[in-house]
Amino acid sequence: MDHFPTNWGRPRNDAADPYGTYPIHQRPATKDTFAEGVQRTQQPIVTGTSVLAIQYKDGIMMAADNLASYGSLARFKDIQRLHKVGTSTVIGASGDMSDFQAIQTLLDEVVTDEFTHGDGHDLGPAEVHEYLSRVMYSRRSKINPLWNSILVGGFRDGKRFLAYVDLLGTTYSAPSIATGYGAYIAIPLLRAAVDGRVDELTEENARALLHDCMRVLFYRDARSLDKYQIATVNASGVHISDQIHLDTSWSFAEGIRGYGAQTQ
Amino acid sequence: MTSIGTGYDLSASTYSPDGRIFQVEYANKAVENSGTAIGLRVKDGVVLAVEKLIHSKLLVPEANRRIQTIDKHIGLASAGYLADGRHVSNRARDEASSFRENYRAPATLQYVVDRVGLYVQAYTLYSSVRPFGCSTIIGGVDKHGPALFVIEPSGVSYGYRGAAVGKGRQLAKTELEKLKFSELTMKEAVTEAARIIYLVHDDAKEKDFELEMSWVGDETNGIHQAVPKDLLDEASRKAKEALETFE
Repeated sequence: MDHFPTNWGRPRNDAADPYGTYPIHQRPATKDTFAEGVQRTQQPIVTGTSVLAIQYKDGIMMAADNLASYGSLARFKDIQRLHKVGTSTVIGASGDMSDFQAIQTLLDEVVTDEFTHGDGHDLGPAEVHEYLSRVMYSRRSKINPLWNSILVGGFRDGKRFLAYVDLLGTTYSAPSIATGYGAYIAIPLLRAAVDGRVDELTEENARALLHDCMRVLFYRDARSLDKYQIATVNASGVHISDQIHLDTSWSFAEGIRGYGAQTQ
Repeated sequence: MTSIGTGYDLSASTYSPDGRIFQVEYANKAVENSGTAIGLRVKDGVVLAVEKLIHSKLLVPEANRRIQTIDKHIGLASAGYLADGRHVSNRARDEASSFRENYRAPATLQYVVDRVGLYVQAYTLYSSVRPFGCSTIIGGVDKHGPALFVIEPSGVSYGYRGAAVGKGRQLAKTELEKLKFSELTMKEAVTEAARIIYLVHDDAKEKDFELEMSWVGDETNGIHQAVPKDLLDEASRKAKEALETFE
């Protein structure tokens, strides 16, 4: 029982006064949490740089370094940016790493869901790519994109698969693809070695090619790291390598004006 | 059945004067009429086996499966009404996936069983619903190791080393009690499970049956899978052999 007669007939919460029982000039000012609008991702925060991927004789190969940057700061140097999906697919992401983690969780849920149906079917690279592209496009249409460029690669039923999808939902497929800075620096090298020669490219050559490209990227991309991993998908399944270290030589820098100590 | 005609069995929300809920007991009867389902928890995993009675020769082989997958690491075998079993397994799947969403980790068996148990129990409280006509055996491997539970129509759940529900459960339990679960491997458990299913099947009364088996543990890298065809056939062959020398 409310013992205060002034409260009788009024809503319990003065902030909400659906019947207008308060005189307007006495009505408490309400604060609308959403007055400034719902906030959405305006920019990526913790980011990964390029991902490279190529098709080769027996399947596909993908490489990404182990760095997650915070702006220009090399913040996390032990981050895996390649992720296995199901039994015959791997994805690699550049862009916002928290969005990438959300995508990993999402895909794992879809794969588990599919598995529990127990009908003997599972998701291959083409299905994963199609699904991802629909998710990315629907998020951009809500003006709330997942801020990534993603490469999807796989090998299934004797067929190679390699495709791209980004935060706008744009997709394309090619024998060699790179995201981010790699699309400028590595693509010419990859195309020269891969395109039109996919069936001759051995696993060994493919690995060496990616190693070279990762080294070039480490020299020229200020958001990259000399530590990376390679994912291979072929008839034997998905394999993500241990961390590989790049050997680089910086002795040339001393001779260049703008690097090191200035001697005029 | 002394309860018939007394009026205490008309709803699941009514007790009889001696404190029983007849609708729940009838649900147990539904389970007792179904083909046997057993589960074995051994040192490195869990094996589930079901005697699926084939009521028509026109049915497609391996149709109407009674063993289902709940999560990557959890399997469920049901005895009783198959449709009720499917509903329970759908609920179990939802529980397992919501656990994953909330905690970013695979659900423990205890968690799933507790939640599904609560759900099943809710169907013993109201006059507007009937209790589930199925007992479910839930088995799997989680961070604590292999685990095996049974959820009954009343909603109670118990953990077991070896569990049996359905028509042949008495004989199956007797056979299970002879096993040394802590020493068996998963492969041995498959053979034993097949033997027990063949043993409890009553050739004289029942029509044909199909042996359905699944396992989860070290042999399957902690993934719930159907027992491979060759191993299943091998186990069936051994079971038939053992049957001839039995008694």
